[in-house]
Amino acid sequence: MEVFLVSTLNGLVYGMLLFMLASGLTLIFSMMGVLNFAHASIYMLGAYFAYDISRTLGFWSALVLAPALCFLVGAAVEMYGLRRVHRNGHIAELLFTFGIAFIIEKAVQMIWGLLPVPYRVPAVLDLPLFAIYGTNFHAYRGFMLLISVLMFVAIWLGLTRTRIGMVIQAALTHPEMASSLGHNVPRIFTLVFASGAALAGLAGVIGGNYFVTEPSMAYTMGPIVFVVVVFGGLGSLAGCFIASLFMGLVQTYAVVIDYSLADLLKSAGIAINTASPWAEVLTVPIPRIGALLPFLLLILILLFRPRGLLGTRDT
Amino acid sequence: MFRRSLMALAGAAFAALASLSGAAQAQGTIKIAYTDPLSGPFAQVGDQNLKQFQYIIDYINAKGGALGRKFELVAFDNKSQPSDALIALKSATDQNIPIIMQCSGSNIAAALIEGVEKHNARNPESRIVYVNCGAVATELTNEQCSYWHFRFDAHVAMKAEIMARALPKEVTKVYLLNQDYLFGQSVQRDVKTYLAKLRPDVQVVGDELIPLGKVKDFSPYITKIKASGAQALLTGNWGPDMTLLIKAGMDAGLDLRYYTFYAHLGGGAIAIGPAGDGKVRSVMAFHENVAVETGNKELEEWTKAFRAKHDFDFYAAGFRTIFEFIQAGFNKAGSVDAAKFAAALEGMTITDMLNTPVTMRKDDHQILTEYFVGVFSKGVKYDSEKTGLGWKTEVTVPAKDLDQPNTCKMKRPRA
Repeated sequence: MEVFLVSTLNGLVYGMLLFMLASGLTLIFSMMGVLNFAHASIYMLGAYFAYDISRTLGFWSALVLAPALCFLVGAAVEMYGLRRVHRNGHIAELLFTFGIAFIIEKAVQMIWGLLPVPYRVPAVLDLPLFAIYGTNFHAYRGFMLLISVLMFVAIWLGLTRTRIGMVIQAALTHPEMASSLGHNVPRIFTLVFASGAALAGLAGVIGGNYFVTEPSMAYTMGPIVFVVVVFGGLGSLAGCFIASLFMGLVQTYAVVIDYSLADLLKSAGIAINTASPWAEVLTVPIPRIGALLPFLLLILILLFRPRGLLGTRDT
Repeated sequence: MFRRSLMALAGAAFAALASLSGAAQAQGTIKIAYTDPLSGPFAQVGDQNLKQFQYIIDYINAKGGALGRKFELVAFDNKSQPSDALIALKSATDQNIPIIMQCSGSNIAAALIEGVEKHNARNPESRIVYVNCGAVATELTNEQCSYWHFRFDAHVAMKAEIMARALPKEVTKVYLLNQDYLFGQSVQRDVKTYLAKLRPDVQVVGDELIPLGKVKDFSPYITKIKASGAQALLTGNWGPDMTLLIKAGMDAGLDLRYYTFYAHLGGGAIAIGPAGDGKVRSVMAFHENVAVETGNKELEEWTKAFRAKHDFDFYAAGFRTIFEFIQAGFNKAGSVDAAKFAAALEGMTITDMLNTPVTMRKDDHQILTEYFVGVFSKGVKYDSEKTGLGWKTEVTVPAKDLDQPNTCKMKRPRA
């Protein structure tokens, strides 16, 4: 029970961080059909910007300014790069973002060096918030939860209650029609791409000091975010939200469930020993493969429900 | 695929540049080839090693080099790929370089050992010696041992023994957490072996393998460790798998001692930060405060001068021993011939910069040297990576305690 409760909290915090990253990507992916490979790189940029800003202006300014800078980077990439490439189809766009990811990684290495930078949690939040069963719940994790919930609400309201949100929604499902109705679809594209980048930047500000800010952070965070987006479904923010939490919880629970397939078979009356066929696979405990479960789920969902959990269009 | 070929292209360009600049230099130097990742996600490793080696070589050259000639380092990028390391080996032998050094990755080391064996058998006129400065899989000097391979770092089983010896009496419950691949699994196995042998009172309350580099959030593991009642966490993890684990533990306010293999390497101190005070320990051949602790003024000045020149720690200062061996080896051999050099190195004992004897064991070409377990703490003279905290020796394990048996059946070339 104790472990279950703590694990649920852990899973929620991690899931919400995933959501912060994935929400921006899902917006871009749904709207423009571009699987933005540079998304995790923008997350990294957000963390590095926040580190630089927090050294002079403090963490709270960084929380606002770093995503704003990422917004500008995103807008520039879309207006001066992606828009030109767009004419040549999705493959070209994909490769373009792939290239951008490399350039950002190399630029980060050249500007900030190869070592991690000492980007730390602000002192106000660097304390235990409360303890459950003797395990501290760090105040900063509470803050992460709060920011991500606020972000979810803001995006939700923005998309469903504002005019621009309506246009974006329309363009999500019927891009040609929205364009025919006289909406400036290219500008919406820029806006969406830049906003997505800003969201990634915000995730970077929050995640950079919680984890470690280093040049390989984009590389390690990239794959799992794609899994969330595809799993959640194209064009669905709610799907993305559910998928994020689900992935967070799955990975967390997997760590604490110390069973293997062999134990399951044993309860069904089949004993597994080293001589049994497949014994090596069957006796692998769940925690050992916990972090790979999302990728397994990705394969399953692509096989059986290619549009994703709550997707509105086929991928 | 795309990523690979891009990196291959960049690497080829780099290697070409490196060999060009090498050829342009004076003919009178003794060249030492060095290969490690100089690009890609682990570029930091090779890059920092290179700068530290250069500093050490300048010192050795100022002390007269060997055979009246100076040493020169020639770098080759291997992008953490065994195939690229073999290309580096080829370039080195083409230039008739007598030594190739490599520090990171036992899979690369295994490929190099095989490559060097083959090359030396086929080309007796241009043989090469492989100096291993950090690939630590125990097998490399046991089952896979080679006459042409000399290892200058303690192997996994030795480090596991150091860890077991360093556990204080009051610690009786430990948790093992390692990465699920060859290295992590051997750490897991060897730590358990030496705990059973040296500390039968210690109970292993948890034993975990995690997928390499895939875990972002370690808090669930911390929950589990907490529930197990462990007093110490023993891990061979490196990179984010180590720093994120320790950070998560500290955030949860866990009263735990962290015993690591690699917390002292570049980036570790920054990632752990001031909260790690007195909690994190690492197994190491040297740290800058050893000079202070042993009152070795000359050594302290030498490491301090490095700091004045570079913006990172001199964590590889212990590698000076390697270059002192190389210097002594060539002088004893009286020639730059690799075969004579290897014969000279076998069984050689020198007194290192800490005034302790260091031996290159003849049976398996494994170095036997004193080792330290340092604790990351406040109030040391030289801090790490400007964190205000640095390494302080907690336990010193003398070389004689690490003279573990080996299973090497060395095939020596016929004289």
